[in-house]
Amino acid sequence: MPSVLPLGDPVPADGSFPPEVLSALASRADKPLGLYVHIPFCSVRCGYCDFNTYTSQDLGPGASHQSYPDTLISELEFARRAYDDAAAPPRALSTVFFGGGTPTLLPAPELARILDAARKLFGFVPGAEITTEANPDTVTAESAQLLAEAGFTRVSLGMQSAVPQVLATLDRTHNPDNVPAAHQAARAAGLETSLDLIYGTPGESLADWERSLEAAIALEPDHISAYSLIIEEGTAMAAQIRRGALADIDPDDQADKYLLAEQLLSRAGYHWYEVSNFSRTPKTRSQHNLNYWLDADWWGAGPGAHSHLAGVRWWNVKHPAAYAQRLHQGLSPGHGREILDAQAKVLEHLMLRLRIREGLDLAEYNALPELAAGGAAPITPQLVAELVREGLLDPGSAEPSSSFPEGRAVLTLQGRLLADAVTHRLLS
Amino acid sequence: MSPKASKPLVPAKTDPAAIRNFCIIAHIDHGKSTLADRMLQLTGVVQPRDMKAQYLDRMDIERERGITIKSQAVRMPWEYAGETFAFHMIDTPGHVDFSYEVSRSLAACEGALLLVDAAQGIEAQTLANLYLAMEHELAIIPVLNKIDLPAAMPEKYAEELAHLIGCEPEDVLRVSGKTGEGVDALLDRIVEEIPAPVGQPDAPARAMIFDSVYDTYRGVVTFVRVVDGQLGHREKIQMMSTGVTHELLEIGVSSPEPEATKGLSVGEVGYLITGVKDVRQSKVGDTVTSANKPAEAIIGGYEDPKPMVFSGLFPIDGSDFPVLREALEKLQLNDAALNFEPETSTALGFGFRVGFLGLLHLEITRERLEQEYNLDLISTAPNVVYQVTAEDGEVLTVTNPSEFPEGKILEIREPVVDATIIVPAEYIGAVMELCQSRRGQLEGMDYLSEERVEIRYKMPLAEIVFDFFDQLKSRTKGYASLNWQAEGEQAADLVKVDILLQGDKVDAFSAITHRDHAYAYGVKMASKLKDLIPRQQFEVPIQAAIGSRIIARENIRAIRKDVLSKCYGGDISRKRKLLEKQKEGKKRMKMVGTVEVPQEAFIAALSSDEGNAKEKTKK
Repeated sequence: MPSVLPLGDPVPADGSFPPEVLSALASRADKPLGLYVHIPFCSVRCGYCDFNTYTSQDLGPGASHQSYPDTLISELEFARRAYDDAAAPPRALSTVFFGGGTPTLLPAPELARILDAARKLFGFVPGAEITTEANPDTVTAESAQLLAEAGFTRVSLGMQSAVPQVLATLDRTHNPDNVPAAHQAARAAGLETSLDLIYGTPGESLADWERSLEAAIALEPDHISAYSLIIEEGTAMAAQIRRGALADIDPDDQADKYLLAEQLLSRAGYHWYEVSNFSRTPKTRSQHNLNYWLDADWWGAGPGAHSHLAGVRWWNVKHPAAYAQRLHQGLSPGHGREILDAQAKVLEHLMLRLRIREGLDLAEYNALPELAAGGAAPITPQLVAELVREGLLDPGSAEPSSSFPEGRAVLTLQGRLLADAVTHRLLS
Repeated sequence: MSPKASKPLVPAKTDPAAIRNFCIIAHIDHGKSTLADRMLQLTGVVQPRDMKAQYLDRMDIERERGITIKSQAVRMPWEYAGETFAFHMIDTPGHVDFSYEVSRSLAACEGALLLVDAAQGIEAQTLANLYLAMEHELAIIPVLNKIDLPAAMPEKYAEELAHLIGCEPEDVLRVSGKTGEGVDALLDRIVEEIPAPVGQPDAPARAMIFDSVYDTYRGVVTFVRVVDGQLGHREKIQMMSTGVTHELLEIGVSSPEPEATKGLSVGEVGYLITGVKDVRQSKVGDTVTSANKPAEAIIGGYEDPKPMVFSGLFPIDGSDFPVLREALEKLQLNDAALNFEPETSTALGFGFRVGFLGLLHLEITRERLEQEYNLDLISTAPNVVYQVTAEDGEVLTVTNPSEFPEGKILEIREPVVDATIIVPAEYIGAVMELCQSRRGQLEGMDYLSEERVEIRYKMPLAEIVFDFFDQLKSRTKGYASLNWQAEGEQAADLVKVDILLQGDKVDAFSAITHRDHAYAYGVKMASKLKDLIPRQQFEVPIQAAIGSRIIARENIRAIRKDVLSKCYGGDISRKRKLLEKQKEGKKRMKMVGTVEVPQEAFIAALSSDEGNAKEKTKK
């Protein structure tokens, strides 16, 4: 969760949904429903991180390591009630994702207890994907076994880099030598694995990045995410760069590193399915993450967590103590929300679909009921052809076919690096 | 101490022998307005409860900058040796841009107070105005001000002033405008040393306009000095330069608030109101006469105001163009020297080419447009007026680089000025280096005292109008003062440098410069723009060219990465808002061919350098 909350309208104290959502919810029985669980604890604050996370063990009543799980569970109960009050179609959870922070700072039995509550309240669809993020230092054979037994199916390890000096710049304290052991422990427990990598850290050479990629590939995880480092305002790293103590991010260097990642990962059998995500098989893609791009619904539980349900996005209060207090008083922890208007819906559809391998179905987009109301024009074949000529869209996918009568806009490798620019071009 | 006059003399019935007309010549911060405040109090024309600092500087912008732009005339009574006198104090502008107004103000006086800061000594502008006053054969009373300051060195600077005007150091008065010390003695000296005006009381009326200001409620208020005859209430008057007649709605004196009188007679200074709305109908330097009994000869020295510096003013928001037009028209009501005509730039859209008397005039005008009319403006680099003779012998007047003719040119003439710089002796080298790099020719050098030197250069005006004064200040730790006056023109080897983006000329960046400086200008602009224009999807070459010859080149490399890697645990709103913001940003871009150029790039590229631009807005 980023620490800067977007502005929006207030959420009513009882967490009730706006009328627009109530009417839309009925038709979303076929859309997957996900659950995001935010654990706002870390042992160390990383210099680049602007997520909503805290190093203190006790942030107040209901917000200590010990009491937080119960607070979370009370939000899940609140969610169940709100969902029922809205007379929404019954849906079990397709995906659950524990993120942070560092979820594995909580003991595995506590994570299991939270998951159990979710299962009891919502139920899981058969084969539901249940992931937790984990710090490589905190995963042992024993804890991995406990997680698997509790129902977790997948672990995403925050490896970030294999190079000690790069980890040091990132303030990551984990020992890179622990990554193989943690990964092995997850594997042995029967969990799917994913490794998170960060590239473009100040001082990281192309060879450093190659070394990290090779190290990740060598472990043969099911899934690899490669994120370019972003300097967020208000972080310690932003201040270091302003002072000149660290070199600024170089977008060309990041482009080179993205190209290198694509080359090494695809050679090793990892294929992109979203700009920053690579998977060995379609089955091992992160379904939870994909649902963000595919207009699915999810409830985000925990301080600062974001939710989406049938065209309304809302986010919780940021501070864990304030969050706990709201729930203890029986109030919605929601801080703000926005009901997407036609223009926002069109832009989101375009920008999100463009990021995934299946791309933007042009017939579907051009037929969006919100298109005209949102002041957007249909995407013409001429514009698509122009972007194909510029090497930004894949020529094959752009061809009309029986399934896609107007073709699809699928980014090429160069197009992925310029995805935002392509979004603007397609909008204009 | 002289008592203040118990019975002031009545206007229109005052014997010229009892009149003293004078002005104060001083540098900006040497305390003229504070001294004027003390005089207003001592003579009793302003009651203590009505007193406010810098009483005579009415306009906000003047008060903010500490500069007096518009002169006013104040009538004050003073008793000396049992007789009552009427003083007219004419407040002159101090800046070189307004030298014509200064000369008219001086022409309205018989004497001048040379007011110099006792801690700083004389400055170049003051010196220039002193010479001007001496040419008008005014009686000069040397006065050192701010003697209350701990840093004051009255002995030293009295010596300097005595040397300059040829008097004894003991004759230099020492006053403090702040405490009032010595001000009454100064008022006595005015009676003693400044001659009474001499004119022909029975001749047809002739009054010289030395200032005219626009007042929202009254229309144009014209300040005059009656040279011959007299003007009366309700009289029909005539402007001698144009022959236009007006009815006098009101005639009066400022004391310092306006007071209507029956008239003004020979030697007196006061104001006229005719109901006209535009100061250009009441030109500084023109002669006012009686329509029924007109005078034959205009008072000598009249000139039309001549703009020396031109700059394009463009609203950042194109839809503000009509607002800018209206604002300029309103400013013109009060500023006869301001002239403008519409201009179109392919890069900047619709705007105006505006002529100014000088850089300060430009800056003040721009500031007023931005502050009083809430406009955001881009101003192009100022340039001077060139006379260009094409091969076919046709002579073109070029006030805008875009008018510079293509093809062969026989001769280009540019305005030159005599520049006077006063500086502590240790900075002579730095000043000479700067002037020489700006094509200056040393004309002479004089030591005003052991430590201070007056350096005179002949320089092209074009070399002064951009950032010369800023450079001069920074190279002399702020000690240098500068004055210049137009001194004809000269032929010079000038070229037009164009800046091209992806092969397309960007007219706003074109400049006329000396051939020897063209390369430096081209390199500087190209590298500035390289930093200011964001990377595009394609490579953008920036070129500087003289005609078809490329003299400098830079490349903006194509952007390679324009994508956010992460959407933070489902915070889609944040990513969408970022894209929406980018979309808004694109609307504020100017398209130059296929290249998107942000407005900020134009502003930054056209300012001399960022530090200066910031400092200027702070002042």
